[in-house]
Amino acid sequence: MAQSVDARGLSCPQPVILTRKMLQETGGSEVAVLVDTMTQVHNCTRAAEKLGWQASYEEQDDIFELTLRKS
Amino acid sequence: MFPPERFPKLLVGLGELSDDAAVYKITDDTALIATLDFFTPIVDDPYQFGAIAATNALSDIYAMGGEVALALNISCLSECLPPEIIGEILRGGADKVIEAGGVLVGGHSVDDKEPKYGLVALGFVHPDRILTKAGARPGDVLVLTKPLGVGIITTALKGDQTKPEHVEAAIESMLKLNKTATELLQAGEVHACTDISGFALLGHLSEVAQKSGVQLRLQLDKLPFVSGSKEYADMWLFPAGTENNHQAFSKRVHCPAGVAEEVERLLYTPETSGGLLAAIPPERLPELEASFKAAHEPLWVIGEVLGKAGDQLIELSR
Repeated sequence: MAQSVDARGLSCPQPVILTRKMLQETGGSEVAVLVDTMTQVHNCTRAAEKLGWQASYEEQDDIFELTLRKS
Repeated sequence: MFPPERFPKLLVGLGELSDDAAVYKITDDTALIATLDFFTPIVDDPYQFGAIAATNALSDIYAMGGEVALALNISCLSECLPPEIIGEILRGGADKVIEAGGVLVGGHSVDDKEPKYGLVALGFVHPDRILTKAGARPGDVLVLTKPLGVGIITTALKGDQTKPEHVEAAIESMLKLNKTATELLQAGEVHACTDISGFALLGHLSEVAQKSGVQLRLQLDKLPFVSGSKEYADMWLFPAGTENNHQAFSKRVHCPAGVAEEVERLLYTPETSGGLLAAIPPERLPELEASFKAAHEPLWVIGEVLGKAGDQLIELSR
């Protein structure tokens, strides 16, 4: 199962900090991140790309779920 | 609500006349500058927090071209905080008011779980020497008196992501009064002036462009940054304010292709206790550069004023 970060209810840059920490520590190749806003989707996506991961997202009931994959 | 025709003594106030601080005419040669600012802790040391909050609050007096006279504390501090911490915050603020040549005479406190501190600051300026955002002219040179990037460093500090030397440089910058800078600028002609704070470089410059009715060109390679700020931008540690400023101002800013997105975002990232940004006639530049150098004050030429504003207010140039 993919590892996940629940950053709902947190404001920037906390979601990015938690995402970066997970990507740097995980041994896996897929991470899910939950955030509240499109800005956080954008910021987490860019931060993940900087670390060599690719991102996609889905929105459901005002919650955004990012899927990050090691590229 | 307070139109100038009904309130002729209000020289700088709300709406069209809004600026860094309010200015109220007392006599033909004296006007009062009034401003206030306070915020939550941005550094760990209580003395430094108090001193930075005060420096930031006093900056609006300097941005209007004035001198500091009087200040009052605004403190929202929990009664559960150790008294020595509260004492240090207030001491930091008081020391900065003294350094500014003003007096600090009490204030008001409320009990608040999330600490906040700042000042009400009053100053004076000659009514003919008020510096506003609304006077930049085509051909003017844009100068900046402090480096950019302290905002992303304090954000990264809150998230425990910083290196000590980067924080130290940012604190040193935030603790520096804009007093000498405004005095040196006021030694000659200044067409427009503001200080760089919450709306970030591009927000405050947009206001200068809009109120002056001109277009500005910024040289990206001339912009000074505090050491470490680009590193944290590369880690994408932007605060929420970056996006708010980007949404508010980016429509009228042209950014050329090929500029890294994190560099652009850095220019929308809120600053704290930033430098003065002034538009001066180009013939004044040699004298100004010499006087800043003699006073060991930094000064960067970061751009110029183009012609009249169209849809576009700011052009970023590589």
